[in-house]
Amino acid sequence: MIIGSLLLLLLFVFPLWKITLLAPQYPEPLGLNIHITHLSDGNQFNDVNNIDLLNHYIGMAHLPTKINVNKGVVEPFKEFVIIPIVVIILSILGIIFGFIGKRKLYATWLGLLAISGIVGMYDFYNWLYIYGHDLNPNAILKITDKVTGEMMAYQPPIFGFKQMLNFQVYSYPSTGVYFIVAAFLFACLAFYLNFKKKEKI
Amino acid sequence: MKSIFAFLTVAVFLVSCNPAPTSSKSSKGALTGNAAEKVYVAPGQYDEFYAFISGGFSGQLAVYGLPSGRLFRVIPVFSQDPEKGYGYNEETKPMLNTSHGFVPWGDSHHPDISQTNGELDGRWVFINENNTPRIARISLETFETEEIIEIPNSAGNHSSSFVTENSEYVVAGTRFGVPIPQRDMPISEYKGNFKASLSFIKINQESGNMNIAFQLRMPGFDYDLSHPGRGKSHGWFFFSMYNTEEAHSLLEVNASQNDKDFIAAVNWKKIEEYIKAGKGHKEKVKYAHNTWNDDTHTATSKMENEVLVVNPQDVPGAIYFLPTPKSPHGCDVDPTGEYIIGNGKLAAAMTVHSFTKMQKAIADKAFDGDKYGIPIIKFEAVNYGTLEQPGLGPLHTEFDTRGNAYTTFFISSEVVKWNVKDLKVIDRHPVYYSVGHLMIPGGNSRKPFDKYLVAMNKITKDRYLPTGPEVCQSAQLFDISGDKMELLLDFPTIGEPHYAAGIPAKMIMDKSQKIYKLEDNKHPDAVKTEADTKVVRKGNEVHIYMSMIRSHFSPDNIEGVKVGDKVFFHVTNLEQDYDVPHGFAMIGAQTAEMLIMPGRTATSVWEPKEVGVWPFYCTDFCSALHQEMQGYVRVSAKGAKTPIKYTLDDEVPGEEEE
Repeated sequence: MIIGSLLLLLLFVFPLWKITLLAPQYPEPLGLNIHITHLSDGNQFNDVNNIDLLNHYIGMAHLPTKINVNKGVVEPFKEFVIIPIVVIILSILGIIFGFIGKRKLYATWLGLLAISGIVGMYDFYNWLYIYGHDLNPNAILKITDKVTGEMMAYQPPIFGFKQMLNFQVYSYPSTGVYFIVAAFLFACLAFYLNFKKKEKI
Repeated sequence: MKSIFAFLTVAVFLVSCNPAPTSSKSSKGALTGNAAEKVYVAPGQYDEFYAFISGGFSGQLAVYGLPSGRLFRVIPVFSQDPEKGYGYNEETKPMLNTSHGFVPWGDSHHPDISQTNGELDGRWVFINENNTPRIARISLETFETEEIIEIPNSAGNHSSSFVTENSEYVVAGTRFGVPIPQRDMPISEYKGNFKASLSFIKINQESGNMNIAFQLRMPGFDYDLSHPGRGKSHGWFFFSMYNTEEAHSLLEVNASQNDKDFIAAVNWKKIEEYIKAGKGHKEKVKYAHNTWNDDTHTATSKMENEVLVVNPQDVPGAIYFLPTPKSPHGCDVDPTGEYIIGNGKLAAAMTVHSFTKMQKAIADKAFDGDKYGIPIIKFEAVNYGTLEQPGLGPLHTEFDTRGNAYTTFFISSEVVKWNVKDLKVIDRHPVYYSVGHLMIPGGNSRKPFDKYLVAMNKITKDRYLPTGPEVCQSAQLFDISGDKMELLLDFPTIGEPHYAAGIPAKMIMDKSQKIYKLEDNKHPDAVKTEADTKVVRKGNEVHIYMSMIRSHFSPDNIEGVKVGDKVFFHVTNLEQDYDVPHGFAMIGAQTAEMLIMPGRTATSVWEPKEVGVWPFYCTDFCSALHQEMQGYVRVSAKGAKTPIKYTLDDEVPGEEEE
């Protein structure tokens, strides 16, 4: 249980999700690492800024990087403050629960983690939707969807692959998510062992 | 039916008898069937070797791939390059400064890659300028010229720029004897009065910076080429020479009279000891030393005023003459360091000297008199043997790892492969035409990468589609991995390919720089963000601190410039993405465009002469919106009251968020 909770803290080091962009002009793909606190270059130096630069062609909003926030071209990302707090709370709770060692508490923790995860994913999806749809009307490239006849949207996939203009966009969980899963499994294991111990008594 | 068949047979027979108009052409070079496969580098694939081929009278250095023969880049070195702005923009102009002032052109000759332990190390490539004697150092990370040093007391800097086994020195020799110091005197008094210099330029192992350690003041012969000793002969340098007759006119006849000229053997390690012991004297000279600062992206030219001169009589036992027939061009040292080969360009033989024999001859004092105090070793005492009649007009030799030498023959237009120890010809192959130097990657080192050989030809005549009286010079690629040399490919070169240096691609490709980091840009006029862009008037100078990023300039509307102003465009490329250069060109500017790499700053000067609204634009197709990357400068009359004003999208850059 305690190990699982501590694993969560690794989210401060490792990225949660990674979006990879491949195009004819980008044979070495651009990469966007999404951390719980910030965005980082996924593959090469300056990837985040380069993606941000390309986004302006389709009128996509600026990415919430430090540079852009300082420039005032984008609002700071509240999630970069809230999620770390949630992670710390979950981690501390987990450690306390681990010391108390009660099965119910384990279950509660698992529940909290699951809810956080689901809310987090929903929030992530929401942002992808906003970035994909809330486009600058003065965008340089305005392309109409052949099928719907409406303005093309550029919502990146939350999981998997999507072709967006010249870019092949891949979106997959990164190292951080594996630690969450591991944390979840460790907590499950703790729950199970605790359950067995009770049975013996 | 039968008759038709018979007719067809006859027809086929007739057709096959008819000599195809192309057959004589295709036999030239006797290409074998799989040659195409051997040079085919599929789209997107990489070549196996880099070849740095001198641009000759273009003054530049061209970068090709082998075996494809594809040209990747022309590195501007000794000549202005309007394509890149080299020698035109304020940052690079000092690179072409000399003691004679700004010289816009040069004649580049012999590239050589730095070495460690006698093997190529891929740090730098050096190349000499023949006309206004200079040596340049080019980085193999940025592929840019980082330093140019002028050689004082020299003229016709030809027997250059070859490096020693550990890149201790790069060497520069003189082709023309001249009065040293220069003075007003009759040309007919050449003999005995004109002198020559062999300069040893120390290379800083960290920075690569060059400094002339010492100059040997030699008799006024014509020093043609040179090569370092290696392995057992490390510590020695060998210089070929002609005109030991000391003729001052009609050299083609008067410098071709002696049966034997010399190769000078110079023991530089011994000279170092003499210098430590206080030998040599400082002389007042004037030469430019130009260095490129990669942090400020700016060259500075410093005028140096002193050089250490060593006279041969100051250093007994350090310099010897090896008699070598006739007017030798190349003097080439085999990978073991034992054999020193004289390519007597008017002789019908190759002369092979032995380093071991030379050592013994020196110990035995087997001398045949001296010339200007420099002992001449007896020919028999130093000569290993002679390769008789291998061809006509031998110029230059390189080596493989199997004990073979490959020599170019200018007059008989061929490359001859021969075994150095056995002194026997193994193979010969015609070249098209009049070959000068040849190059085997690492051929001037202990470890040749002996798969390919590049022959560099002076004359092409009918080899390519004609382009009027002026046609290209060319390189020819041979496969030398087998017993027989196999001609694989012809490819045209820029200027005149005097010599080349090749290196396996994998030794340098991964350290090739992709961008210049903006945060490391220390250019005093750089802007790091659009918000920093501005226009400042200082008297009649207007300084425009401009940025470029896909796909606009900031600012792109500038007003308040007046006729008679001197306008400085300090332009920074804010991109930090690979292969996104931007260009800058201003209508009517009497200079070249600037091609600016990501993270770099460059400065162009414009002196507007007419009132109006004048556009500038990006010259490099940077993005889908490249055509939109443009701007205007409003030029008002002299004395007009138009205030300085600069905007992007009608807002002053950096002010909106204040």
